[in-house]
Amino acid sequence: MATLVIITVLCVVLMVVAAWFAIRTSDLVSAVIGSSVVSLMASVLFLILHAPDVAMTEAAIGAGLSTFVFLIAIRKTERYEKDEEQ
Amino acid sequence: MKRVSLKKRFRVKNIFVFVVLVYLGFQMLSLGFLLDLKDVKGVAKYYLENDIKDTQSANVVTSIVVNYRGFDTLGEVTVLFLAATGLGAILSGYRKVKKQKILANTMLQYGSKPLLAIIILFGAYIFIHGHLSPGGGFQGGTVIATGFLLMLLALEGYEIKHGYIKWTESLAGLTFVTVGLFGLFLLGSFLADFLPLGKVGNLFSSGVIPIIYVAVGFKVGSELTGLLDNMMGVVE
Repeated sequence: MATLVIITVLCVVLMVVAAWFAIRTSDLVSAVIGSSVVSLMASVLFLILHAPDVAMTEAAIGAGLSTFVFLIAIRKTERYEKDEEQ
Repeated sequence: MKRVSLKKRFRVKNIFVFVVLVYLGFQMLSLGFLLDLKDVKGVAKYYLENDIKDTQSANVVTSIVVNYRGFDTLGEVTVLFLAATGLGAILSGYRKVKKQKILANTMLQYGSKPLLAIIILFGAYIFIHGHLSPGGGFQGGTVIATGFLLMLLALEGYEIKHGYIKWTESLAGLTFVTVGLFGLFLLGSFLADFLPLGKVGNLFSSGVIPIIYVAVGFKVGSELTGLLDNMMGVVE
């Protein structure tokens, strides 16, 4: 039980850090990797919450396929975000 | 109206959002760790209590998705089909890339081929055992599509035959609807379970669930493979 709580808290902290990084960075490839880390940690959380079906979906679609769809889209367009402030 | 940049708006709202998220996170923790199965009420209680009797499926999620709420799953598969068709329609005007700029190295090229077989085996295992273990048609299909994505990335000039994909997809969808119509004609309601239920834990058990989930697995796998192939092929 205590181990599960520690793993959960670690996952949540990592998710928040990765999501923050994905928002702040101007390199879109890094942002996509950040959001994929969020999905991966979410799938671990689903497993801890006794939802293995949802965890498998999240790992396969959220962390696997959608990351590659975003990466393909970035490869066809531009990699760096333009600065909005100017 | 003054245009406020996304980053500035984020800064104004973030304290409020942070508090709400921390609150929701603690709610979710308490849900996950403190939930007692005796507290489950209503239709969820019915599913948990009568799942074995009604469907003989060891996985309650699968019996809800395919048996109790099978018609919703048909709608879900249709939505996925429409999304893949729409993307294909948008991207069909572009010509295909024949050559990749950077070749994958030799280890990747030769190592990925046996890996494809293992990935497809794993995906098929997930959707064939959908009524016994976690997972099912959607998850298995996605795993298979990931295998073909590996081939598209690793091998130069790897082409997926769109004829095969179209036929697989159509046959799988047809199987789903045909099973539903059999239920309609034999038992009087669409997707009714007309096969013998068998014994819980066996591979050939729980009626129509394995047939439908294998069909869904083929359909999702071929759709996502076609979608990835469409996206990879667009010239920049």
